[in-house]
Amino acid sequence: MDFKNNTGRLGSYERMGEREVFRPKPSLKDILQSYMPQFVMAPSVFAALFFTYGFVLYTFYLSFTKSSMFPSHDLVGLVSYSKLWANFRWKISFNNFFIFGFLYVVFTTFVGLFLAILMDQRIRAESFFRSILLYPMAISFVVTGTVWRWLLNPQTGFERMAHDWGWLGFHFDWIVKQDLAIYTVVFAGVWQASGFVMVLFLAGLRSVDSNLIKAAQIDGAPIWMIYWRIIIPSISPIVLAVLVILIQNALKTFELVEALTSGGPGVATSMPAIFVFDVMYGRGQLGQGAAGAVMMLVLLLAFLVPYYFYLRFLKAKGSEQ
Amino acid sequence: MSDETFDHTKVGKSKNRVFIRLVVYTILIAFVILYLLPIIVVVLTSVRSLDEIYNGSLIAFPAKIDFSAWTKVWSTGCVGGNCKGIAPYFYNSLELVIPATIISTAIGAINGYALTKWKFRGSEFVFAFILFGVFLPNQLVLLPWAWTLGKLGIANSTIGLVTLHCVCGLGFVTLFCRNYFLSIPDTLIKAARIDGAGFWTIFRRIILPLSPPILVVVVIWQFTHIWNEYLFATTFTSGYNKPITAALMAMTASQTELREYNVESAAVIIAALPTLLIYFFAGRFFMRGLTAGSIKG
Repeated sequence: MDFKNNTGRLGSYERMGEREVFRPKPSLKDILQSYMPQFVMAPSVFAALFFTYGFVLYTFYLSFTKSSMFPSHDLVGLVSYSKLWANFRWKISFNNFFIFGFLYVVFTTFVGLFLAILMDQRIRAESFFRSILLYPMAISFVVTGTVWRWLLNPQTGFERMAHDWGWLGFHFDWIVKQDLAIYTVVFAGVWQASGFVMVLFLAGLRSVDSNLIKAAQIDGAPIWMIYWRIIIPSISPIVLAVLVILIQNALKTFELVEALTSGGPGVATSMPAIFVFDVMYGRGQLGQGAAGAVMMLVLLLAFLVPYYFYLRFLKAKGSEQ
Repeated sequence: MSDETFDHTKVGKSKNRVFIRLVVYTILIAFVILYLLPIIVVVLTSVRSLDEIYNGSLIAFPAKIDFSAWTKVWSTGCVGGNCKGIAPYFYNSLELVIPATIISTAIGAINGYALTKWKFRGSEFVFAFILFGVFLPNQLVLLPWAWTLGKLGIANSTIGLVTLHCVCGLGFVTLFCRNYFLSIPDTLIKAARIDGAGFWTIFRRIILPLSPPILVVVVIWQFTHIWNEYLFATTFTSGYNKPITAALMAMTASQTELREYNVESAAVIIAALPTLLIYFFAGRFFMRGLTAGSIKG
């Protein structure tokens, strides 16, 4: 039963222990207010649903159609995929992802960790060193790729410089060699990302419990042993997060290669992201490009899904204790 | 640090310690040189004359300082046959990056607030649902975006790219703000609700005044990412509508008989300058916020 209380508001009386409490009937405004969070999130959810998941599904759909210059709706099954895997350019790109991805992730992690350990030695002018090592993060791959292309090119860069200085036997022409050019991409990638990784690791190193280190020190453990056995294991969650960031960076690597080698010489440094873009827009083979994009998604999920379940496992373990 | 804090660097024989410190500084300085080399080279190259550059390598000091490359690149340099300099592209990027950064930061703040302080059934799922976009390579949505921008009539325009970046940045901005707002105590919000404050009043009066540290992070992140973005820029714009990254690539990757390294160096510096300035003036706040929030969750 609804009554009006002394202020004239509609509501009902409820028993709460000894007393009767007036509960105002929620007005339309109150109801709207209580759904405000859902209302506010709706555009973002819709945008993700349509522009992320919907678009991925559409690309997935296109990969099963006969699309060439323009999207077509003739379903032809796995034709695009068989064309894709018969394409030597795709095979090179796919292999390059693993070569580049592995070396980039390993070297960036090690260089980042190494730099973080050096920075952790109570050095002077730490913020100066940190700023210099981190600045590549702020600038575009187009910029850094372009400059490294000039520096690594034998006619304008280090080789030419060495020759000008009289060291005529010096050779450094990896960037123009089919089999070695991919390593110059690795180098530029590591150069760009290792400062960022260093900062993440440094924050981790600083958060390690100093009592643990002290105890090990009293037991006479040498400094490298302390890093290896105590400090590094205790920052393993950061290491894992860094690995995930770097792997997805590797998969997305596009403009760095475009600026550094344009995927060349020939197609020696092509990567999945470059292949997909070129096939879609350069050659008008939308179906095959879509199939390549779907393979990129497969590669992404191949490490993202285990990482997700590992995090859930950790969370479950954490809440048990 | 107080005197009682244990310093693991001050262990071992003092002779050894001095030697180790010497090694540490030597290695760090070597890295600093390697990291600064590209910047030094483009700055020096931009003030050398072409004759001089073609007489040797790019890694050399200028014999005579010559600023002509700078005036040329700004107003008469050629980008793929269009010879009005790099200025129009620079302005395109500014017109793109300013609205896109403001809008996406605002969205991130509101999303992060709704997801942490007004948890509803499924709010954790909503977060995970939006977050997936962070990892997605843009190649997977490239084609449908081309179609959508065309349908909306905003293909080859700055408005199109602004829309794109606001949508594609959703995951990052929501992630940053959510992780930060988790650290604001819920009791603050509860107290305000008991006093009768609603969703927007609490946002304005309590959340926003506490937000500057994370807003700095989101603004810097979005600004650098949107300014530096290349794939969308080159796919969805052409001619004088290109942002600076696409224009720079068109300039430096074109096939030419005589590459004007000094002009292109100046273009490289102009393209890198806005984000570098932001980094040097506000980078400290960025790293502080980033290491505090984003690694968790």
